[in-house]
Amino acid sequence: MKRGPTARIILAIIFAGLVFSPLIARRLAARRESAKTQLDLQTALARHGFYLQEVSHAAGVNFVHQAPTLDPQLNHIMPQVASMGASVSIVDFDRDGWPDMYVTTSKEGGKNALYRNMHDGTFKDVAQELGVADVNQPGTGVSMGAVWGDYDNDGYEDLLLIKWGKPELFHNDAGHGFTRVTEQAGLPPWINANTALWFDYDGDGLLDLFIGGYYPEDVDLWHLSSTKMMPDSFEYAKNGGRKYLFHNLGNGKFEEVSEKLGINSRRWALASVAADLRGTGHPDLFIANDYGASELYINDGHRFHEVGEQAGVGFAPKSGMNASFGDILNQGRYSVYVSNISEAGVLIQGNNLWVPKEGAGGGQLQFENLARDFGVEIGGWSFGAQFGDLNNDGTLDLYLTNGYVSLDHNKSYWYDFSKIAGGHSAIINDAKNWPAMQGRSLSGYQSKHLWLNDGSGKFVDVAQAVGVTDTYDGRAVAMADLWNRGVLDVIVANQRGPLLIYKNTVTPENKWIEFALEGTKSNRSAIGAQVTVFWNGQLQSQEVSGGSGFAAQSQRRLHFGLGKFPKIEKAVIRWPSGKIQTIDAPAPNELHEVKEPA
Amino acid sequence: MSQPTGIGQPGVLVTPQQAKPAISNGFFSLDNRYIAPLFITCILIAGHLSFGILESYKKTGIAIVASLLTELLLGRIFKGQWPNLASAYISGISVGILVRSLAFWPYVLCAVISIMSKYVLRVNGRHIWNPSNFGISVLLFLAPATVAGLSIQWGNYLLPMLVVWVLGSVSIARLHRFHITGTYVACFIVFAFLRSFLTGDPWQSEIAPLTGPMYQLFIFFMITDPKTTVHSKKWQCIVVALVAFVEMLLRLDHVVYAPFYALFIVGPAAMLIEMWLASRRTVPAQVTA
Repeated sequence: MKRGPTARIILAIIFAGLVFSPLIARRLAARRESAKTQLDLQTALARHGFYLQEVSHAAGVNFVHQAPTLDPQLNHIMPQVASMGASVSIVDFDRDGWPDMYVTTSKEGGKNALYRNMHDGTFKDVAQELGVADVNQPGTGVSMGAVWGDYDNDGYEDLLLIKWGKPELFHNDAGHGFTRVTEQAGLPPWINANTALWFDYDGDGLLDLFIGGYYPEDVDLWHLSSTKMMPDSFEYAKNGGRKYLFHNLGNGKFEEVSEKLGINSRRWALASVAADLRGTGHPDLFIANDYGASELYINDGHRFHEVGEQAGVGFAPKSGMNASFGDILNQGRYSVYVSNISEAGVLIQGNNLWVPKEGAGGGQLQFENLARDFGVEIGGWSFGAQFGDLNNDGTLDLYLTNGYVSLDHNKSYWYDFSKIAGGHSAIINDAKNWPAMQGRSLSGYQSKHLWLNDGSGKFVDVAQAVGVTDTYDGRAVAMADLWNRGVLDVIVANQRGPLLIYKNTVTPENKWIEFALEGTKSNRSAIGAQVTVFWNGQLQSQEVSGGSGFAAQSQRRLHFGLGKFPKIEKAVIRWPSGKIQTIDAPAPNELHEVKEPA
Repeated sequence: MSQPTGIGQPGVLVTPQQAKPAISNGFFSLDNRYIAPLFITCILIAGHLSFGILESYKKTGIAIVASLLTELLLGRIFKGQWPNLASAYISGISVGILVRSLAFWPYVLCAVISIMSKYVLRVNGRHIWNPSNFGISVLLFLAPATVAGLSIQWGNYLLPMLVVWVLGSVSIARLHRFHITGTYVACFIVFAFLRSFLTGDPWQSEIAPLTGPMYQLFIFFMITDPKTTVHSKKWQCIVVALVAFVEMLLRLDHVVYAPFYALFIVGPAAMLIEMWLASRRTVPAQVTA
């Protein structure tokens, strides 16, 4: 060495400092996190403008999801295979102006629930009497999710139930009951589906239907012909279920047109969302895939084109489990949030917030992942998420639930999971090669995230501070103004856990406006209709969705927070038919019921 | 004093017969010190173009730059000359591939720590830890919330795996260090079956890690580093078998990054024992002289 001991000592000190700097940073971060939890609800109201209280029992809702018991050949890994099926969808099925809830269980013989809103703060399960409860009979598969849409434009929302098994379509008989019309509609006998949505892809005024397969459709999970039914890669799997696009023929029948219109994928779809991402008037389709990259199908009005890789969302493979969209920067353009897996010390995929790039539009749609910059990247083993203005301050916030398998608190399956996940396809593909879980947890007991949007590109997690303290294995998140108070409540369906209703209390200083749309030339559910509210020199766009998040559907009604002292210039409605309707100076703190002009 | 070397620098062991101009009479007479950098670069490019193993070029680039700058700076300060950068390049690129983080700073920190360890953690003029093994192990252990190991795969498919294995084996054989890789792989397989017997887990799941890219980089670039392995061929095989054994123990304790930690523990211990034995042989010789 050319330098003497002094230089070497200095170098050693710097080296030691660098080596231990992550430890110091971790301690500081932990201290900051712990400080966040020390707020009471009134402080939360003052500081963040709202708080949440879990009121399911008080509301008469005591629903607990139960998992299925699949083929005994999967017994050793049953908790992680039978790990989905808790879902929630919001619907006003009886058109009384109050949101109702449909929730699924996944135990063979278990009953789904349709909670009718009793207008007094409580709900009553009417699924059995209306014929949509007993839908998990052995041999028909079990429920995985449900989406509502008025496919025949009779004014009442109909129910599509997806299962690992036989999908079911129920016609809503004027809110008095449901008639099973699956065969007449022409749905296939078996799909192992985890995602579905209603949308009018061709603008003919009739709601069409997308269903995304997870396991291949020839797999009966209760009677396996082979244990080689797992993904053939942890991040590049293409041996999942096929995708279905059902074109509504208008006579109660649907025609399957996916391949004809360019949707031909066997990735493992877990979530999908449709929205007009390019401002063309045609809804595009975003699919979040487990074990692989996301797919983005742009809609030219006639067929779909998969442009995920070109658009930037479909190159780096992760474990997509959610797709929801929101105009988070109040620019009239939608960002898409995709949830993935992050487990400290093992796997840090990070969630994706795909924000449209400036200047990109038309056929040049491009996104960049700004989840880290915006602070919504790390969410544990993330599942469902939804955007919504929870404190009515005029910007969309983000609620994320998470947690995969919560069993033994002190034993983790992660080591074995990581061991097999890196293996060759022939190993990972065969369930019998997977080590037994033996009651161990896999990213269990996780804290939830509720990120408040400050409007300038930063989200701050306030979940613990505002009362979101559960650690169930969360799956589906939906938002709705359950009691017509001008606030968004949050409903969370948990795997092998209770349905949670987080009732929202928002500072009255912050104003709001809501729109309930009804199509005439467009589909009557108005799915795909976009409302842009202009106020105080800013704007925000929202679109009626036929299903978003993970196994969820929020209310069809659109809710905008406006902040203090709003002066609303106008609301512009772009109907799926292409018609543009402008409402000048609509009053705040009101629900506006708008019918598409003739 | 030996030249400071980086991670997996099989190419940096240069015998007088091998010492040639960097690039002489065509590709096949390429100086051995550049074989490893060339090979790992090919893996990186092929892996990214085919399977996107890098989330961004920036992170790998920043790791390489940080590694090269640290090597240049410390080499100039402590050796008084500009060092050969082949080993630092491998260190940087190894960090860029093997570290997975959503942040940029771990790539810089890991690369800097790796290179610095060569200059700080020295015994009798030799650095005793494989640099990138040291840097990666430290980060995985101390910053688990931010840093993970390589998880993305070569598609879990056979062909990419075979290509890497064949090219890696040819390269490492040319450097006369295939016995290290071969011994380790053989031991890993034996211990995998032993683990399977002990735990009851399917043997396929115990073998599975060997088929992933993390191991391919580990067995071709880390455990073969001549500067941080013992000298005799026999003991190189014994030491690497011990690495596999300690890895088995760590795996039985469900340690996810068992191979890195096993090398972290066994590698320096073997070096120290070798130095101690050498000193004992030297002292009596001097006395009798």
